[in-house]
Amino acid sequence: MTKNGRMLSRRNALRLGGASAAAMGLAACGVQGAAKQQSTAQAESAADKFWKAQKQTGQVNFANWALYIDPSHTTLKDFTAATGIKVNYSEVIQDDSSYFAKINPVLSSGQSTGADIMVITDGLQFDELVELGEVIPLDQSMLTNFHKNAGTPYQHRSFDPGNIYSVPWASGVTGIAWNPKYVTQPPTSIADLWNPKYAGHVGMMSDPQEIANFGLFKIGVDPVTSTESDWHTAASQLMQQRNSGIVRQYYDQSYINALSKGDTWITMAWSGDIFQQNLSSGTNLQFVIPKEGGTIWTDNMMIPKYAPNPVAAMKLIDWFYKPEMAALLTEAINYITPVPAAQGIISAAAAKASGSDKATLGAVASSPLVWLSADEYSRVKNYVPITSKNRASFYSIFQPVTAG
Amino acid sequence: MRRLRAAAVPYLLIMPGGLWLIIFFAIPVVALLSLSTQQGDVVHGFTQTFHFANYAYAWDNYHDQFIRSLIYGGIATILCILLGYPVAYWIAFRGGAHKSTYLFLLLLPFFVSFVLRTVSWQYFLSDNGLLLAPLKSAGIVPQNFRILATAPAVIGGLTYNYLPFMVLPIYVALERIDFKLVEAAQDLYASRATAFRRVVVPLSLPGIFAGVLLTFVPVAADYVNASILGGTSNTMIGNIIQDQFLNSQDFPTGAALSFMLMALLLIGMFSYARALGTEEVLEAAAR
Repeated sequence: MTKNGRMLSRRNALRLGGASAAAMGLAACGVQGAAKQQSTAQAESAADKFWKAQKQTGQVNFANWALYIDPSHTTLKDFTAATGIKVNYSEVIQDDSSYFAKINPVLSSGQSTGADIMVITDGLQFDELVELGEVIPLDQSMLTNFHKNAGTPYQHRSFDPGNIYSVPWASGVTGIAWNPKYVTQPPTSIADLWNPKYAGHVGMMSDPQEIANFGLFKIGVDPVTSTESDWHTAASQLMQQRNSGIVRQYYDQSYINALSKGDTWITMAWSGDIFQQNLSSGTNLQFVIPKEGGTIWTDNMMIPKYAPNPVAAMKLIDWFYKPEMAALLTEAINYITPVPAAQGIISAAAAKASGSDKATLGAVASSPLVWLSADEYSRVKNYVPITSKNRASFYSIFQPVTAG
Repeated sequence: MRRLRAAAVPYLLIMPGGLWLIIFFAIPVVALLSLSTQQGDVVHGFTQTFHFANYAYAWDNYHDQFIRSLIYGGIATILCILLGYPVAYWIAFRGGAHKSTYLFLLLLPFFVSFVLRTVSWQYFLSDNGLLLAPLKSAGIVPQNFRILATAPAVIGGLTYNYLPFMVLPIYVALERIDFKLVEAAQDLYASRATAFRRVVVPLSLPGIFAGVLLTFVPVAADYVNASILGGTSNTMIGNIIQDQFLNSQDFPTGAALSFMLMALLLIGMFSYARALGTEEVLEAAAR
C-alpha cells in the first residue's frame, strides 16, 4: 500500500459548484450551474450525431493529477488486458486553473490537446469548459457500469444534471483538521477557526472559493443560495479573522506540512490528505466536518473536444465503475469513491490480507473520511455557484482577503 | 560586392538574437499592453475598449502590495550589498590560487532548485524546527515567537536566493582593479579606509550597479518567497499578478499590473543610473 492522493501541488485545486452527495439535500433548491448555452435535448442530439461517426481506436490518453491512481497502475493494465486498448497515462494536471489556462487556448484555436480523458474539479473551470463547448457530451449508451454501480448521489450532481459532460472520479470534503498535541478541546464548529486562543496558528486556504464557503458557514448561510450581500458579510468576517492576527497564512497544498510540523494547530483541510498523512507519517491528525457545514467537491472525468480516441476513452471511463476497479483505486487514493460496492470488496480484501496490508486495508474500509455517514452527507454543502456574470464581483470581494 | 557583403555581416550577426527578442519579447509585450486596456471575460472573450480605468482599478486595489514589493526589494538589495561586497572583496583580493573554487562554492546552491531551497528554509525556520526548537527549550525566545510568516522571513529568503547575483558582478569589477592603485594611494598617505573609500569603491561602482540591477528587478517581482515564507500581510505584487492570471482570470488587471511594475522598475533604474553618473555606468556595467 502506498501513501497516495494528491499530496503534490493541489494548489487552488478545489473548485466551486455543486457536488455529488450534497445534491440529495440540495436538488430541491434548484441549483443553477453556470449558464449552459445548450439545452439538455440539444446536447443529447449533438452527442448522438458525434458518437455515430466515431470508430474504436487502440489507444487512450489519460490526463490526471499527480498521485491520483494506484501506483502500480493495475487498474490500467487490467483494462489493456481486457480490451487490447493501450493506456497512455500522464500526470499533467497541477490544478484546475493552470490546466485550464494551458488547454483553453489550444482548444479555442481548434487544436487537439492530445488528451482523451481529463480530470476536472466541479467549479469555475468545469463550467467554463462546458460553456465554451470545449468538452464532448458523453455517450450514455457506453456507461453501463456507471448506471449500474454508481451511488445515487453520484448520478445526480447539481453541476452536471444527467451526467452529460462528466462522471465522477473521486470526491472529498473540505473541513477542519487539528493537531491534538496543541488543540486539546476537539473543535466542532467553524467558530473554532476564529478562536483567539489559537492566534497565529490557524491555517486558512488561499483559494477564494474555499474561504468564501467557510466565511459563509461562519455567518450561517448556505453557499449555494448565498447572495452578494452575504458575500460582503462573509468577507468582512474573514478580514476580521486575518486582521486580528488569528490566521497564520493562506495555504495551498502545503497546509498539510504546516499542520504536521506544528506551525498551524488548526486548519482548513481536505479529508483524504489527513487520512494519507496519518497513514504515511504516523501523525495523529484529526478531521471533522463542522456542525455548520463542510464543503464537498468532486473531481470528474471529461472528454475534451478534438480528443483523438473518444470511443476508447468512454470504455476506460466506464471501466472505473467496475466495483473491483473502484476498490483498487480507493485503496490507493483514500478519497470518496462514487461506487459504494467498493467498500465490501476492500473489507473482504482486508480480511484475507495479513500484516501491515491488513491494517491499512482495514483502515481504508472503515475510514469515516472515505465513507461518509448519512449525518455527514447532510452537513456537506456545495460551493458558491460562480457564473460569468457574478465571477468578477465574487473575486473582487474575496480575493482581497488572501491578498493581504 | 565584397564591401556590400562586409557591410551586411554585422546585421547578419545580430539577426538571430534580434529576431528572437522580437518574436518572444516585443510581440508578447505589445499584446500584453493591448490586453491591459481590454474588457471581458474568458467565456465571452476580451475586447479592446481602451478602458484605461483598468490601471486605476489595479492601483486602487493593489498599491499596498506594490509599495511593499519595492520596500522588500530595496531592503533585500541593500542586504545583498552588505553581505556580498565583503565576500567579493575577499575572493578578488585574498582568494589567491583558489579563486575559482570559492566562486564555485558560491554558485553551488544553484545546483539545487530555487523552490526546493526556499522550501528547505521553511523546514529550518518552522516554529518547532531546527532553529527555533532549541532556542525555545533554552528559554532564549518566548514560546510563541515565530520567524515564518513574517516580513523578515520573506526578506531573508529573497536576500539568500539572490545574493550570488550581487557577488558575481562586484567580484568581476574588483578583480579588474590594479592593486597598485591602492598601494599608490597609501604611498600618498591615504589611510587604508580612505584608500578603500576613494579608490576601491568608485572603481567597483559599475559592479555594484550591475548587481543592483540583477537583484532588485527580480526580487521586486518575486512571488515564490512571499508564498512559501510569508504570512497574511507579506503578499508581494508578483503573487497578485499570478493570481489575476490563474485564479480570477482577470487578464486585463493582471496585464495592467505587469505594466505598472515594469514602468516603476524602469523609472527607478534610470533615475538610479542618473544619480550614479548617467549612462556611463550602464556602459561600464555591461563591460
